Order: sequence, then C-alpha cells, then structure tokens
Amino acid sequence: MRRPAAAAFLTLCAVLLASSAALAQVAVRGETVYTMTGPPIRDGIVLIRDGKIERVGPASQVSVPAGYRTLTAKVVTPGLIDAHTVVGLSGYLNQPGDQDQLETSAPIQPELRAIDAYNARETLVGYLRGFGITTIHTGHGPGALVSGQTMIVKTRDGATEPSILNPAAMIAVTLGNAGLAQAGRSPGTRSKAIAMLRTELIKAQEYLAKVETSAADKKPERNLRLDALGRVIKGEIPLLITAHRATDLLSALRIAKEFKIRIVLDGAAESYLLIDQIKAAGIPVIIHPTMARAGGETENLSMETASTLLKAGIPLALQSGFESYVPKTRVVLFEAGAAASNGLSFEQALAAVTISAARILGIDGRVGSLQAGKDADLALFDGDPFEFTSHVTTVIIDGQVVSQEVR
Amino acid sequence: MRLIFILLLTILCAAAVSAQERPQAFVGAQILTISGPPIANGVLVVHRGRIIAVGPSASTQVPAEAERHDVTGKVIMPGLVDTHSHIGGGSGGDGSAPLQPDVRLFDSFDARDSGLKRARAGGITTVNVMPGSGHLLSGQTLYLKLRNANTIDDLLIRDAQGVIAGGVKMANGTNSIRAGGGAFPGTRSKSAALAREMFVKAQGYRDKIRAAGSDKDKLPPRDLGMETLVEVLDGKRTVHFHTHRQDDIQTALRLSKEFGFKIVLQHVSEGWRVADEIAKAGAPCSVIVVDSPGGKIEAINLVMDNGAKLDRAGVLVGFHTDDNVTESRLFLRSAAMSVRAGMSRDKALYAMTMAGARMLDLQGRVGTLESGKDADFIVLSGDPLSVYTKVLETFVEGGRVFDRSRPEDRLIAVGGYGAGRNQILHVHGEEDDQR
Repeated sequence: MRRPAAAAFLTLCAVLLASSAALAQVAVRGETVYTMTGPPIRDGIVLIRDGKIERVGPASQVSVPAGYRTLTAKVVTPGLIDAHTVVGLSGYLNQPGDQDQLETSAPIQPELRAIDAYNARETLVGYLRGFGITTIHTGHGPGALVSGQTMIVKTRDGATEPSILNPAAMIAVTLGNAGLAQAGRSPGTRSKAIAMLRTELIKAQEYLAKVETSAADKKPERNLRLDALGRVIKGEIPLLITAHRATDLLSALRIAKEFKIRIVLDGAAESYLLIDQIKAAGIPVIIHPTMARAGGETENLSMETASTLLKAGIPLALQSGFESYVPKTRVVLFEAGAAASNGLSFEQALAAVTISAARILGIDGRVGSLQAGKDADLALFDGDPFEFTSHVTTVIIDGQVVSQEVR
Repeated sequence: MRLIFILLLTILCAAAVSAQERPQAFVGAQILTISGPPIANGVLVVHRGRIIAVGPSASTQVPAEAERHDVTGKVIMPGLVDTHSHIGGGSGGDGSAPLQPDVRLFDSFDARDSGLKRARAGGITTVNVMPGSGHLLSGQTLYLKLRNANTIDDLLIRDAQGVIAGGVKMANGTNSIRAGGGAFPGTRSKSAALAREMFVKAQGYRDKIRAAGSDKDKLPPRDLGMETLVEVLDGKRTVHFHTHRQDDIQTALRLSKEFGFKIVLQHVSEGWRVADEIAKAGAPCSVIVVDSPGGKIEAINLVMDNGAKLDRAGVLVGFHTDDNVTESRLFLRSAAMSVRAGMSRDKALYAMTMAGARMLDLQGRVGTLESGKDADFIVLSGDPLSVYTKVLETFVEGGRVFDRSRPEDRLIAVGGYGAGRNQILHVHGEEDDQR
C-alpha cells in the first residue's frame, strides 16, 4: 500500500471506530437475564441501540440484527443502583482536601449543592463502576443536622453534567448523636436538634408564603437556604433523614406529619421496632448496609432488617452508606449479597439495588430494569452475582461498555 | 419444689460430665481437614478436648461408647485463626513514649466484650488480640482460645512450662508518627532509629544476663520492657509488625534481619509490590481483605488480590479481621474474596486456619483436623466460600461455644435488639456447653 492510501485507510478505520463507539449497537446475551419487570429470562437477549434498550426477550424470539456487537454472560442484570453513598464527594485519600461530604461550619446548610463538589473522576467512582454499579445517589453525608443536598448520577467517567439524573434529589438530615454539633455548639441535644429543624422548616413555610403571595415588587430577598427547604415544603423533594435509634426514627415521622413533607428514612437500624408506624406513614427506607458494623447508635442493627421491612410491605433499597476510614466505601453489590443470605430472596435483594432503589429515588422511568426505552445500563456476571467468588465481567452505561475488567 | 430443683440440677451436671467423658463423633459431614484432601463423607471423633480420629466414614472406627451426632450435608473445618484483632477492647501503651514493651494487653482485656461472641459466631476459635498501631511498639499481644469464659485467665494459651502465648505489636508508617509529639517520631527514619536504639539496648541487657550466668548478684536490675525484648531477641516472642507501604515493609524486614527477631507482617497493603523480597526474607504475611482501597494514604494501593500475589511469590499468607475494621462474624469472606481475586481455594482455606496457626507458633495444637490436635472446629451449612453459608456451630477444645440454633446465639450472629450489649456467659456445667 502506498503511503497516502495507507493514511486514508487508517483515517477511515479511526472514523469507523469512533462512530461505532458513539452509536454502539450492542446485543447482550445471557444464560439468565434478570429484567426486573417479570420472571428471569433463560437464554435472553438485550438489544441496545443509541444508548437505550431496544428490545428484551428470549433468544428464541429476539434475533440479533447485523452489525451488532454481541457480548455474552452467565447472568445479566440491570446496572446496579447504590441508593445512598458519599462517593464522589468523599474521596479515597481521606485527607482534608478530598472530604467534601460534610461542612461543619453551621448545623443547617441545605443550600450546599452536591453537584458543586461531585468529582466524576474520583478513584472510588471508578471502583464502584467496575462492580456493576452504574447509578449512585450521592452527596452530603450524615454528620450535621442538615448537611446539604444530594444528587443522582451515573458512574460514568468524565464531565459531570451529562451523567446527572437529578442534580438536587434530596436534602440530607441527620438525627441522633451523629447529627449533634461539637464543642458546645448547638444542637447539643436531640430535643434541641428537632427544635432547630422545626424552626427552620417554619421559616421556609413563611418564606414560601411570602414569595407566592407578595406583589412582584414586595417579594422577599432571595434566600438560598430557604429556597432549598422550600422545595421540601412544596413536596418537590424529600428530606433524607438518617436516624438509627427508635426515638430518632419517631422524631423523623413526627416531622413528616407536622409539615406534610416527604421523607425517606436512611440507615434506620432500629426500624424493625417501628414497622407499623413506618408502614402507616407510607415512608420508604434506604436501609443501612447489611454488613454495617454494630456499635453506638447502631448497636442493635440486624442483618435481617431488610427482610423484616420488606415482609411488612415497606418500600426498601440498599446502600453502601458512609465509611470514615478503611475501607473508604462499601460495595452495594456485596451488601445485597449479604441481604440475600439473611432473609431476602435472590430477586428481592436484586430489586433492592435495581428497580426498588430506582422507584424510591424517582428515576425508575430511566433506569432500574431492562425494558425497551430505558437507559442501556447493564451488569454482566460469570455466575450468581451475589456469590463471593463470582465476577463482574462487563459493565455498560448508556449503551457504552465502560468496564471489561474482571472484578 | 426445692428438692426437685436440686435433683434436676444434679441430673444436668451428671449429663454434662458424662458428655465430657464420652467421646463425641460427628458423622456424615464433608470434612476439610486442611492437612489433606477434603473427605466427602467423613467422621470426626473428639474426646476430652482433643481430636482422637478423623477420616472417611467408611474406614474410620467410631468408639462404641461415643455419642454420635449426625452432621450429614454439613461441612466441618478447623476453627478459624484470626491473626490480628481488637475484640475485648484491650489497650496498650499510653501517650508517654513511642516504645512500651513493658505494657501488656493482658491487663486490660474484657472477656465479656460482645466482640468475643461475634468472633465465635464467625467461627473464630483462636485469636491474636493486640494493642493499637499508634506506637512504634504498643505492647504485648495475647494469643487466645475463645473458650466459654468470663475472665481473661480462662482464655489464655499456655505451653507445657505454663508460659502464656503472645507476641509483641510494633508499627511503622503514619500511625505511629506524631508531628510535634514530644517523644514520638516525626519521620519514618526517626521511627526506625528509635526502634533500633531500643533493640541495641535490649542486646546490651541480654549480654549482661548472659555474663551473669548463674551469679544472681551480677544480674542487671529487673526491667519489664527489657525482659520482654530479650524474649523477642531469643525468638520466644514474635513481633507482629503493622506496616502498609512497600518501603515501610522493607524497613520492617531490615529491622528483623538486623536483630534476628521473628516477624509477622501485619496488613501489608503494598505487599504485592515487594512480594519477592518478602518471600526471600521468609516473612509470613497476615493480610487484611477490605471492600475498597483508601480511607488513609497508606491504604490507597490495597488490592483484593494481595493475598493471591503474595501466595504465588511463595509467601506464607494468613488473614485477619483487624476487628472492627472488618467484622469477625464475616471472617470467612476474607478467604472467599481472595479466591475471587485469584487465590486457590486450598490456599485460601489454609490461610484461614493453618497459616495463622503457624504465625502464632500454635501449629502443633490448632489449624488442622488431625488426631492429637485440639478439638477446635466449626460446623458450616455449606461451602465455606459461599455467601449463603452459615456458621452453625463453633467448638473450642470440644466445648461448644456457639450454636446458631440457640436464640441467644442467633441474636449475636444476625444482630438485633440487645446484640451489642456485653454479656456474662454461663459457664461450667451448662448442659449444652459440652456435647
């Protein structure tokens, strides 16, 4: 081949490669495909076109069109969802410069946005992605009465904006000892914390009323903090209330009732003591990691709480939570495995990290199940996804193969 | 009424005694002896705290007087050896000095700590409990058997001479460095210099003892720290060396070589980077398996296949919980996750048991299921490496210390209201203490 021809050929190849990557048409064939919309499909095929799921069904009914790249696996599931983490804000170095999940300068700071601190290239984001976790609900962590906002984002590398599903998903509240301030500052007691929270929510109600009823020239000055809480008052977003002891969980339910706001219980170690109350209030629970350490406020946690809540019909999702030391994060896939070993059925545990998590997070229109029209987020495994000795073999986000490392 | 109670108690005590007197045979399980290939349908016979027979059901004689327990479909393997744990809440040195060999964890250990119950629920029967890593040398460690006991004395392991088994905890890297910490080091080089100075002094102390011979008047004044270090220099007490970064690992090996002490490298996060050097030094590695890297600068290169890589390089690899960095009830995960990352099944199970026993110099008593060894074993519901498997029972020296079918033990294994509370154990003559 002469040199100009060779160059032209290489250019053509590069163009073809680039375009095939951008508009990947992929067929994933699994010995078992868990769609989460119905029973698992034996020898199933998921067709992916332009980042979305095109078709799902048994190989006997779905043929792979020409030009599709075919990937195979023993087990195929929707991309996993971690319903609560701090990854992306709480970096793996655990040094002051990479811990953006908690600002302790004031006890109530709902105006702090997660998107202003999320680092899509943080090592642990990539680490989770390798284990099939394609969507995370992350943001401000526990540790202050109102620590800030959370966001929902795909674990894709690169710029944050294209991966965002919801830039302001919830506002994080911590009740109990973990939400108290240090060094003699308020809140110093549980009762004080609730008084402060109620005061702030009343302020938001009043602010909102003024904004809505005042004439254009008499609107109150814009207040970022009350803007954020106003969204909660309006029912647009819920409070994510981290609480473990029964006392604190009851306080959370009381707040929800008083202000007629949406809340999601988070952690909830002693929630098994309050099944009737939580169920009657219709509140979902993002339960603590199944294998979380028991101690302090979580000394009474049980690995079977997920099962107890689910049996009562309470909407439930699993999470990796917050780790302050080594390891810097848990992996929600492993926590789901532990749940499947402690009372949940295989599919219940899988739902808690896919479709059920998506519903609680309000993103089930896009992710959480393998259904035509939804985002093509998939995790491929070489065996039972929950077995310690199985591996994640391929991870797909928005139709792109983002990991083929065997993990 | 009272008479009936006493009568009942007498019968129960008699039952307990006879249970101890009669050999106990566990029949029909798959037995992983660790010393040989798995036995598909095996029998394990224990008597008076020791194993008296183990082998295939078809060819192993069960004594006629033995009480038989059908464990068909279950898996039996040796009790797990945790080579580094903080259950019992024992402390070490205080803030007064970076090197405190005189300090014993023995004097602060709480045998009632719920952590011990969680460890039993996880199948752990032997454990090396250590003080922390905030000192270059934080004190003396203890090797314990997790017998049913309310006091530390009943958990000790003694040799034929009555010497209590245990090591010494040392550390390097960031944990023991304290900027502006007075006597504490501010750099890695200073850390090593302080450790060397201590051992040089101990060598001098030992020289004086040797020179004195049988002349007691010539003995140096007693020094608790120096006496401990002489045991280290004489190879009677192993140094368990907390170390993460590859250069810190090499520093620990250099110290061990210079002063000739026995070393077990603990954590060894970057061990995979210097696996050949570790193998060449003949230093065993007690590895921690965690779910992600990071959390501290020294752990950013912690990888799941650390154990697999060290093993392939020829290093003796064991595991530890570092409880509560990882959870004692889930200790078997360490082996399973290492298999996920490329370690062989056999090596991973060996690492959970016999490798740990060797690191604690207890290989003659624990770590495998062989005649003559201590009857420390666990009964599992299935494959030890499966997420779905449960530890059903844990035995230490023939005594049952955990039984998942008992509600109070199940509470510990699963968690729930009251699981975290410290509890006093019922011991001595409890009817199901020994079966």
